[in-house]
Amino acid sequence: MQLFTLLMGLALATALWSGVQAINSEARASYGAAAAQVAQGQSDQIVARADESMSVADYIALRRLGWLVTPQIEHRLEMDGETVRLLGIEPLTAPNLPGSFDMQTLPMDQFFSQSGFALVSEDSTKVIEALDWGFEIAPNLAAGTAISDIGSIAMLAERGDTLDRLIVLGNNAQDPAMLEDIAPHLKYLNASSGNDDIARLTDSFHLNLTAFGLLSFAVGLFIVYGAIGLAFEQRRTMFRTLRALGVSLRLLITLLLAELLIFATLAGLFGIMLGYLIAATLLPDVAATLRGLYGAEVAGTLQIRASWWMSGLGMAIGGTLIASIGTFLRLARLPLMEAGTPQAWAQASQKVMIYLGLLGCILLGVAAVLSTLASSLVQGFVLLGCLLIGAAFLLPLTLDRCLALLERITKRALPQWFWSDTRSQVPGLSMALMALLLAIATNVGVSTMVSSFRLTFTGWLDQRLVSELYVTLDTAEQAGDMRRLLADDVTAFLPIVSAKIELGGQPAEVYGVTDHSTYRDHWPLLEAADNVWDRLQEPENALINEQFALRSELAVGDRVEGAQRQTIVGVYSDYGNPAPQMIIGMEAFAMLYPNIEPMRFGLRVAPENIARVSKVLRKDLGLPPDAMVNQARIKALSLGIFEQTFTVTGALNILTLSVAGFSIMMSLLTLAQMRLPQLAPIWALGVTRAQLGRLELIRSVVLAAVVTCLAVPLGLALSWVLLAVVNVAAFGWQLPMFLFPKSYLVLSAIALLAAIIAAAWPAQRLARIAPHQLLQVFSGGR
Amino acid sequence: MILNAQDIHKGYETADLRTDVLRGVSLALEAGQSLALMGESGSGKSTLLHLIAGLDVPDRGEIAVDSQVMSHPNDTKRAELRRQLVGIIFQQFNLIPSLRIDSNIAFQAHLAGRYDADWCAKLATRMGLSAHLEKYPEALSGGQQQRVAIARALAAKPALILADEPTGNLDEETAQTVLTLLLEITRETNTALLMVTHSATHASALDQQLTLRSGKIA
Ligand SMILES: Nc1ncnc2c1ncn2[C@@H]1O[C@H](COP(=O)(O)OP(=O)(O)OP(=O)(O)O)[C@@H](O)[C@H]1O
Ligand SMILES: [Mg+2]
Repeated sequence: MQLFTLLMGLALATALWSGVQAINSEARASYGAAAAQVAQGQSDQIVARADESMSVADYIALRRLGWLVTPQIEHRLEMDGETVRLLGIEPLTAPNLPGSFDMQTLPMDQFFSQSGFALVSEDSTKVIEALDWGFEIAPNLAAGTAISDIGSIAMLAERGDTLDRLIVLGNNAQDPAMLEDIAPHLKYLNASSGNDDIARLTDSFHLNLTAFGLLSFAVGLFIVYGAIGLAFEQRRTMFRTLRALGVSLRLLITLLLAELLIFATLAGLFGIMLGYLIAATLLPDVAATLRGLYGAEVAGTLQIRASWWMSGLGMAIGGTLIASIGTFLRLARLPLMEAGTPQAWAQASQKVMIYLGLLGCILLGVAAVLSTLASSLVQGFVLLGCLLIGAAFLLPLTLDRCLALLERITKRALPQWFWSDTRSQVPGLSMALMALLLAIATNVGVSTMVSSFRLTFTGWLDQRLVSELYVTLDTAEQAGDMRRLLADDVTAFLPIVSAKIELGGQPAEVYGVTDHSTYRDHWPLLEAADNVWDRLQEPENALINEQFALRSELAVGDRVEGAQRQTIVGVYSDYGNPAPQMIIGMEAFAMLYPNIEPMRFGLRVAPENIARVSKVLRKDLGLPPDAMVNQARIKALSLGIFEQTFTVTGALNILTLSVAGFSIMMSLLTLAQMRLPQLAPIWALGVTRAQLGRLELIRSVVLAAVVTCLAVPLGLALSWVLLAVVNVAAFGWQLPMFLFPKSYLVLSAIALLAAIIAAAWPAQRLARIAPHQLLQVFSGGR
Repeated sequence: MILNAQDIHKGYETADLRTDVLRGVSLALEAGQSLALMGESGSGKSTLLHLIAGLDVPDRGEIAVDSQVMSHPNDTKRAELRRQLVGIIFQQFNLIPSLRIDSNIAFQAHLAGRYDADWCAKLATRMGLSAHLEKYPEALSGGQQQRVAIARALAAKPALILADEPTGNLDEETAQTVLTLLLEITRETNTALLMVTHSATHASALDQQLTLRSGKIA
C-alpha cells in the first residue's frame, strides 16, 4: 500500500513533468510551423533593378564574396485555366521551404533526376503529371505551387541562366549596403517586418509556457516529498526496532537510499511513459512531435530524445533525493525510545510550521519588494519563485490559524472537535495541500495568461490588420497599375512605408501613415492626446510604440529626437516587436524620405471581392501568391494557434489537478491508519462510523475550499508577474491582464471535486471499518 | 434495574479457527451499585464491557441498559443510546488529543445534549483539574488524564459507568486516589459502576465481585 503510494506519487509527478514537456514542445513546434507559414517570402532578397537582369554568374560572384544567398527562379504553367507557380530552388543551399517543409526529408536523388521531379501542392498534381515528371505531394505547400530543382525549371522555361531572385539567408553577415558597389545592377529588398511580429510574439508565449513547465515541476516535487515523508512516518516504528536491534544508522540510510533510488528509477520510467500516453491521447498532434522525441528516425533528434528521457528521470531521481533529505535528517535524529504519541509529533510539526510560515513571510516580502523593482528576466523568475514558495510555506500556518479561530468560535462539541482535529491533521496533509495550492494557482495563472494573451492578441490583430489584403509589389511602378486596375473594387489603398532611424540610441523604424478612417477607428492607442490623428498630420508630431515609451520613460507631450525633433501625441501597443518604432504623417514622411516609394499596400476590399482582387494582382500584375497576405488567413491562423493552446492548457489543468488530488488521497489513506487512536474514543463516546466518514469528507472539502480561496489570488498574482514583469523584462512590452471569473469558478469547482473524489475512498473505508479495529485501540494495540 | 445482560454469547472468527469468548454470561446491576469484574487475561472481560457499551453486538442474548435494548442491531441506535446512557473509561485514558481539557470533559455531555456548565466545573474541581482546564491532554500526567476521563464520563450524567482497568496504567498510589475518587463520585451521583480490574484489593472496594472463567461467570 505504502509502496504503491510512493511509486504512484513519483510516477504521476514524472508523468506530469514529461507531459508538460511534450505539450510544451508541441506548442513550440506548432507555433514554429505557423510562424513559418506567416513569414513565408519574408526573407531579405536580392533582385535585378528594372530593365536589368540577374544571372547565375552574379550568384556565383556573390557566393565567392561570402554572401549567404540561394537562387530562385519562377515559372508559370497554365493548363485548363489553372495556373501553377513552379518555384525552382537550389536544394543544397535553400533554407527550409515555405510552409515548414523540412529540407532534411527531401528525397535528394529523385530531386536531381534527369527526367524531372517536383514537390507539389495537392491541387496542382494534374499540371505536373502532364509534364511527365515524377512528383510527390507536400501537404504544407501553398495552393497552386510546385517546387523543383532550379536546373529542371530553367530547362523547361528555356530561359538560360537568368535568375529571378536571390534569397538572403538568415545567417548572412554581409552588409547589404555593399551590394551597390559589387553589383550595381542588383538591389537589396528588406523583408517586410510586419509579419514576423507573430513569430516574436510566440517567443513570449514560449517563455511563459516554460515558466509553467517549471511550476508543474514544483508541484511534482511537493508531491514526491509528501509521499516519502508519509512512507517514513508509517515505518518509523520499524526503523526504531531495527536501530534497537543494532543496525547502524549508516547502514539503514544506505539501504533506504538504495531502495529509494530503485523506486525513483522505476517510477520515473513508468511516469515518462505515462506522460507520453497522456500527452498523446490529449493531443493527437503531439504524436508527430513525440515521434521525433522518442523514436530516433533522424540522427539529429537523438539528442532531444535523450534530454527528454533524462529530464524525466532527473526529475524523478533528483526530486526524490531533495525530498528525502528532510526524512533522512529525521531518521538520523530518531530517538530510540520515544513517547510516540501522535500529538507529540504534531507538536513538533507545529514548530516546523511556524518556522515555515516565517520563512514564507520573508519570501513574500522579498517578492513584494521585487515586484516593484524587478527589471531583468532573472529577477522576474526569482520573484516568481519567492511568490510561489512563500505562499506555499505560509499555507500550513494560515490554515492552522483559521482553524484555531473556527475552533474558538464554535460551541457545540462535534463541530469543535472537527475543527481541532482538522487542525491537528494539517501538518500531515500540508505537503499535499501545498501541492494543491500550487496546482490551482498554476491553473488560474495559466488560464489567465493564455486568455489574456488570446484576447489581447486577437484584439490587437483586429486593430492592426484592418485591411483585408496586404500586397507587396515587385516595383514601385506597379503601384500606378494597381490603383488603375483595382479602382472599382478597392475602397482604399493604404501605402505602408518605413525607414530605418535611431530612437533612443537603438535601431528603429519610422512609418508613414495616410490620414484614413482605418487608422482613426482601429489603431490600438494606449495613450493619446486630443485629436491625435489630426495632429499627427502635422510634421512635428509623432506616435511611438509602447516598448519605446516604457524603455525611455516617455509619455504623451514629451519631445523626442526621432526622424526629426517631434512631440509625442500618442503611444500604441506593438506586441511582438522588440524594437522601438515611430509613426508620423505621410506628408512628413515623404518630405523626410523622398527616395522611399511605397512598395507595400494595405487594400481595403469588400470581403466578397477579395478573391477577385487577388486574381487581378496575380494575373495582371504578375505578383507571386506570397506577395499577397490575406488578413483573414492570418487571423484564422492565430486563432487556430490559440485554440490549440487552450486544449493544451485545459489538459494541463486537469493533469495537475488530478495529480494534486491523487496526492491528497494518498496522504489521507496513509493518515487514516495513524488516526484510528484519535477516532476510536469519539466513536466510543457515541458518534457513529458513518458520521465520522461524513466528517472526513467534509474535512477534505473544507480544506480544499480554503486552499482554493487562497490559490485564486495567488494565481492572479502569478499571471500578473508573468504578464507585467517577466514579459516586460524579456520583450519590452506589457500584456494587459484580463480577469475571467467564470473560468476561476469552474476551476475551483474542479478542485473541490478533486478533493471530494480524493476523500471519498478514505471516508468510505472509515464508514465501513469493522468495530473490532476500533476496539483494538482500547486494548493496547493488539 | 440499570443493567441487565441475559445469556450473552460472543465468539470471534479468525482465518481458520473460531474462539468462543463468552458462552452465556448473565449479570445485573441496580442504580448506584458497583460491580468488579475479574478474570484472567483473555477471559473476555473487555469483550463483555464493549458489548454492554454497545460498541459491538453479541452473537446471542440481550443487553438492556436503563431498560433500553443496547444489543440493538442498528449502529446509529446504539450510538445514540451510548451517548445518552453510558460513560466509558479506558485503561489508556483515550482522551481527545486535539481538544483542551475543558472541552474534553464537556464533550460527551454536549453530544448527549445534557451539557451543564456548573456540573462540569464542579466535577473538574472535585477531580483537582481546575488549574489544568486550558491545557491539552499531553501536558497532563497519567493520573491527571485518567481523572479527566472520569470527569468526561460523568459529565453527561450517565446511568452506567463502564471502566476497563482504569488504574492499570497508573502506579499504586495514584491508582488508589483515582479509584477512591471514582467510587465516591459514582455513589454521590447514584451512578451504577461496572469496573474490570486485576487487583483483588481494588475489587474488594466495590459492592460486588464477579469472575469470568471459560466464558462464564464463575
Ligand atoms: N477482534 C478479535 N478477533 C479475534 N479474537 C479476538 C478479538 N478480540 C478479542 N479476541 C479474543 O477474545 C479473547 C478475549 O479478549 P478480551 O480482550 O475480552 O480479554 P480480556 O479479558 O479483556 O483480557 P485482558 O485482561 O488481557 O484485557 C481473547 O482470547 C482475544 O484473543
Ligand atoms: Mg481487557
